[in-house]
Amino acid sequence: MRRWTGILLAILVLGATAVAAAAKTSASAGPQAAKKAVSITIWVGWSARELKEFKGVVTEYDAKHPDVNVKVVGSINDTKITNAIRSGNAPDVVSSFTSANVGVYCGTGAWVDLSPYLKKDHIDLSQFPKTSLYYTQFKGKRCALPLLADSYGLYYNKTLFAKAGISRPPKTISELTADAKKLTQRSGGKITVAGFDPFWGMYSGNFADMTNYAPLYGGQYFNGKGKAVLADRFAWSKLLRWQKGLVDWYGYDKLVRFQAGFGDEFSASNAFEVGKLAMMMDGEWRVAFIAAEHPELKYGTAPMPVDDAHPELYGAGSVNGTIIGIPKGGKNPDQAWALVKYLTTDNHALARFSNGIRNVPSTRSSAKSKELKPDPNFATFIRIFNNKHSTTAPITAAGNANLSLISRFTVKYQAGKVKNLHDGLKTLDRQIDAQNAQAGGGGPP
Amino acid sequence: MSPWLAGFTIFFAYPIVWSGYLSFTHYNLLSPPKWIGLANYRYLLHSDPQVWPSVRNTLWLIAVLVPLQVLFALGVALMLARARRGVGVFRTIFYLPALAPPVAATLGFVYILNPATGPVNTILGHLGIQGPLWFQSPSWAKPSLVILGLWGIGNTMIIFLAAVLDVPRHLYESAELDGAGPLQRLRWVTIPTISPVILFAVVLGVIQGLQYFTQAYVAANVAAGQADQAGDTVNHLGYPQDSTLFYPVMIYQHGFVYFNMGYASALAMILLAVAFAVVLVIVVNSRRWVHYQGALR
Repeated sequence: MRRWTGILLAILVLGATAVAAAAKTSASAGPQAAKKAVSITIWVGWSARELKEFKGVVTEYDAKHPDVNVKVVGSINDTKITNAIRSGNAPDVVSSFTSANVGVYCGTGAWVDLSPYLKKDHIDLSQFPKTSLYYTQFKGKRCALPLLADSYGLYYNKTLFAKAGISRPPKTISELTADAKKLTQRSGGKITVAGFDPFWGMYSGNFADMTNYAPLYGGQYFNGKGKAVLADRFAWSKLLRWQKGLVDWYGYDKLVRFQAGFGDEFSASNAFEVGKLAMMMDGEWRVAFIAAEHPELKYGTAPMPVDDAHPELYGAGSVNGTIIGIPKGGKNPDQAWALVKYLTTDNHALARFSNGIRNVPSTRSSAKSKELKPDPNFATFIRIFNNKHSTTAPITAAGNANLSLISRFTVKYQAGKVKNLHDGLKTLDRQIDAQNAQAGGGGPP
Repeated sequence: MSPWLAGFTIFFAYPIVWSGYLSFTHYNLLSPPKWIGLANYRYLLHSDPQVWPSVRNTLWLIAVLVPLQVLFALGVALMLARARRGVGVFRTIFYLPALAPPVAATLGFVYILNPATGPVNTILGHLGIQGPLWFQSPSWAKPSLVILGLWGIGNTMIIFLAAVLDVPRHLYESAELDGAGPLQRLRWVTIPTISPVILFAVVLGVIQGLQYFTQAYVAANVAAGQADQAGDTVNHLGYPQDSTLFYPVMIYQHGFVYFNMGYASALAMILLAVAFAVVLVIVVNSRRWVHYQGALR
């Protein structure tokens, strides 16, 4: 009996020791568990090479912040963002290429108001250029910040220029027209090289609407009361007539047939990169694409030519950019904000990413960063971005629906389906106003 | 509650009632719906410049595609029913396109019909004919979709084939004894006997025409050169020049591109009413030409 009692006691002692040891282990693991990194997810639109560059920037952030683990998801578009927010499965941070949709995101509260965070961290908004501040808010509510920016300018093929005996890029629309005609090559009635393809809808560089041409003519969309004024501003009809004139010079059908043979815009078969276009309007990102895909291409960049009657506008261009914010329903808003703050205001992050994808740095100080790799072709776009006449698309409650409506009109006009331009523009104005009223009211840019 | 009733309520009644409610609201998917009465319907009827072009496109598609699909599928079925050798092979060949996913089939057709690099125009070019612009032309885009639609008639064809093979032999024999030729046998025996199947094909075709989306969506985006670009800022639905902007495409555009779900619901309610009315007219009208075997008349 005594022997059994001894064994029992021994078991009890062993058990107690094990419990104590376990308690000690868990007590010492306590602080460690608290330090366990929080996982946050960021959705971005970039893919392939550009996504890799973005991941590089985020990896640096991860290394500097052991308390968070950032997962990057690429190839995201606005539909995916909206669906995620609706279903309550939003990631922690989202970004969009469609800055025109900021009216929807801020207006509905789908992206949270960043004001409390900006105030808490004393973020000085004047470090962002005025245009970028415009397309990251709606009616004073700031739900987004700019994450690098885009500006549009002229790319020209130096080899084709030399063959045609043209010594410098055009500065006015009439010079552009003359050069385009001189540079165009045809064979058996077919276009083989187009000097400049003004077709609405030719690649997204031309944005399928007039937005990218607006600053070249000084075109405005709305008056002070927020009413559309496309019919009242001479700039628009002048632009449309010039554009259609050049399309007609090529021959509408011939130009469509020529374009149907273009490779994908964001591939090594891009029409400018393979020499099918002697000049092209495009964003600054093309510099990085050419460097990666066709380093042998001899090309130059310049601001887009402007209306002959307004030479003072030369140097301006259309600008917009990627917007980034925190969606409603994100589970780690504080960590999300820390990442947003880093990506949008840290000089090193912006310079590194700008070097990687050659987008315009979106703060004043990062635009002057010594880390930026010098490149004369890229520098053109920084100058266009900072030009006082550069403009961006209007932000309204209708999101990008206004721009789609305008592009549908311009596409019909270039096809010769609009008999009276002024009357057509007047109808378009009415339709834009009705659309904005229907979408909940819009504001002037 | 019976499983049928549960399924009906959850998947049919509730979505329709909720859509009906949303059609009277301003609802952008992200904040709660706001009641605005008939404003969406007023905008639909008076201000939206895309409504009538999309209605015209949809009606064009139904008027052209449905009869052609029925005729083509019936023609193929009649030929297959008469074939004596290699029946299995021919049936498989004609049915095979129906197995191709609509997105893949459309991508293939846009490639084949590319005006600059596609094989069709290349062959036509060798014959000295300048091929049309196909999906790049507002007047050829819809006919191109019709060709795509005719290529994929496998399902309808199989149903017709089954119906044709099911026509009682004695009816043909009686007709032959009465001196009826092949065309008369087709007109007075085959067609009346399979008329319920023709009605089925017509109703299904019209409903599918009213819901025509995938092919138009893919063709427009691919032909415009913007397929699957993440962050695509441009809306190519309807390309070129709204010629492929069908009514369901417009509903999608308002609901999921412009985040205007209240208005999209109003458009959907109109589609529901029209679909119901059209099917009702066809079914009522069909009493004159559809014969059910064994039915008392």
